[in-house]
Amino acid sequence: MPWALLVPALAGLAFLVLPLAGLLVRAPWPALPQRLAEPRVIEALRLSLVTATVATVICLLLGVPLAWLLARTDLPGRRLLRALVTVPLVLPPVVGGVALLLVLGRRGLAGRWLYDAFGVSLPFTTTGVVLAEAFVAMPFLVIAVEGALRAADQRYEEAAATLGASRWTVFRRVTLPMIAPGVMAGAVLCWARALGEFGATITFAGNFPGRTQTMPLAVYLALETDPDAAIVLSLVLLAVSVIVLAALRDRWVGSA
Amino acid sequence: MSLRAHLVVERPAFRLDAELDVPDGEVVALLGPNGAGKTTALRGLAGLTPLSGGRIVLDGAEVHHLPPEHRRIGVVFQDYLLFPHLTALDNVAFGPRCQGVGRAAARRIAAGLLERVGLADFAGVRPGRLSGGQAQRVALARALAVRPRLLLLDEPLAALDAHTRLEIRSELRRHLAGFDGATILVTHDPLDAMVLADRLVVVENGAVVQTGAPAEIARRPRTDYVARLVGLNLYRGEADGTHVTVGDVRLSSAERLKGPAFVAFPPSAVALYRTRPDGSPRNLWKAVIDGIERHGDNVRVHLDGPIPLAADVTPSAAADLDLVPGQEVWAAVKATETHAYPA
Repeated sequence: MPWALLVPALAGLAFLVLPLAGLLVRAPWPALPQRLAEPRVIEALRLSLVTATVATVICLLLGVPLAWLLARTDLPGRRLLRALVTVPLVLPPVVGGVALLLVLGRRGLAGRWLYDAFGVSLPFTTTGVVLAEAFVAMPFLVIAVEGALRAADQRYEEAAATLGASRWTVFRRVTLPMIAPGVMAGAVLCWARALGEFGATITFAGNFPGRTQTMPLAVYLALETDPDAAIVLSLVLLAVSVIVLAALRDRWVGSA
Repeated sequence: MSLRAHLVVERPAFRLDAELDVPDGEVVALLGPNGAGKTTALRGLAGLTPLSGGRIVLDGAEVHHLPPEHRRIGVVFQDYLLFPHLTALDNVAFGPRCQGVGRAAARRIAAGLLERVGLADFAGVRPGRLSGGQAQRVALARALAVRPRLLLLDEPLAALDAHTRLEIRSELRRHLAGFDGATILVTHDPLDAMVLADRLVVVENGAVVQTGAPAEIARRPRTDYVARLVGLNLYRGEADGTHVTVGDVRLSSAERLKGPAFVAFPPSAVALYRTRPDGSPRNLWKAVIDGIERHGDNVRVHLDGPIPLAADVTPSAAADLDLVPGQEVWAAVKATETHAYPA
């Protein structure tokens, strides 16, 4: 094994693993059960899990059809469309939050109409958190599903068509089951990204405990006042991520 | 349930232009080399490849403007393409379900078809656990489940190993005989075509070059490709009585004929001599050995000369003659085994 590769590889591994180890070493283990039971921890965790899950469901409902559109149709300007879809992936989340505010804020382009017509105001609400998370996380799902669609053998869809299946039936009964592992992997990535979302959330939804203060926001806030609390919250986030990854890995994600 | 089709598919550097008429109950084999357009023709019929022109008439109704799901044409694909996430039973029930049959009824239909192809015990098995032969039978059952007006099979035996192939071939013939609609199968294997089909349609370079009963095609090939498939030497020449002139060679044949003609004879009708044989047999000329290969129990000798020629001799004769490439020999062809027919 060449040293030129081995040394940087090990350094890279250490760089990724050591901070997490530090988190474990510095954790206030004796006080942990008691701190975990604190209402603000439970509240933030519940809010994070709920919003990330709802955001993922929204991403699935909108993102899978969008991926299908990108992978399976000859839409003009499809390449531009794909580029646009991936923009939130590289965009700093704070910018995403500002953009959401400009469009969906109470004085925003669409938000003004929403408020005037229905009295609905999205910023600084739990719904706003969900929107911010979905905005940032959806590209992960779309890209994963589009890849799965491109890799899937389209001849199965042709076979289904010769058996009398309409395009919708083909999608529902053949395409979707065949790309299920890809969709699942995409959903997991999407969920994890939504769970960790910070920048867009704090910009668009603010930082109100119990309403918009998700775990990452709570960690950031706690770091200023109560570093031990920040560590506890971080540990919880770490644990949730690891559990989800481990639970899904063998079943859906691992084979790749 | 008969098919009348004129298929035109144009692509850069390729044009398929073929007419196909298949009456009820007939099995037609599209036979041709790779890239001849056989599969394109099949996909055109099924609606999976758009036609550039022509028409498809099934039972007197035009269907070429319909999408594949409305044509009711059953297709058995080369790799079968059984849905991997569905059991054998649900694969077969898929078509009836799409036609609006209820779940229970569709499963009953599927179970009946699986029984017919001898796979009743495999209803709950996923395709990944079926052997090649079993998968092929499930694919056939799935295609028949939509009660198709036309059945298409793309290289139905190509994915099977030699042993299974023999077994499945005769079984497939039985199942095809039980189907009352028109059947078209695509193959590049002349044996499959001869065993399975009532009629052969030979396609080369996107055009039909010969059509007829298997025995007729085997006896009277009209292109080099078909002649090679059925193992005959084939020449085109000018007939005058019992002679056909091919280039510098005058071949005697069993038939009387006048005008442009084909002459065909098997390699086994050729005898080779080191020196000019006694007497004066007809159809005799000097040739140079171009190559030698084993061919079944015999030795096939490829000869250059006034006309290219393949000759089969027994291994002992080959040893006696001491045949080596580049050597000159006399080749004689038996007139009684030489067939001439109008070109």
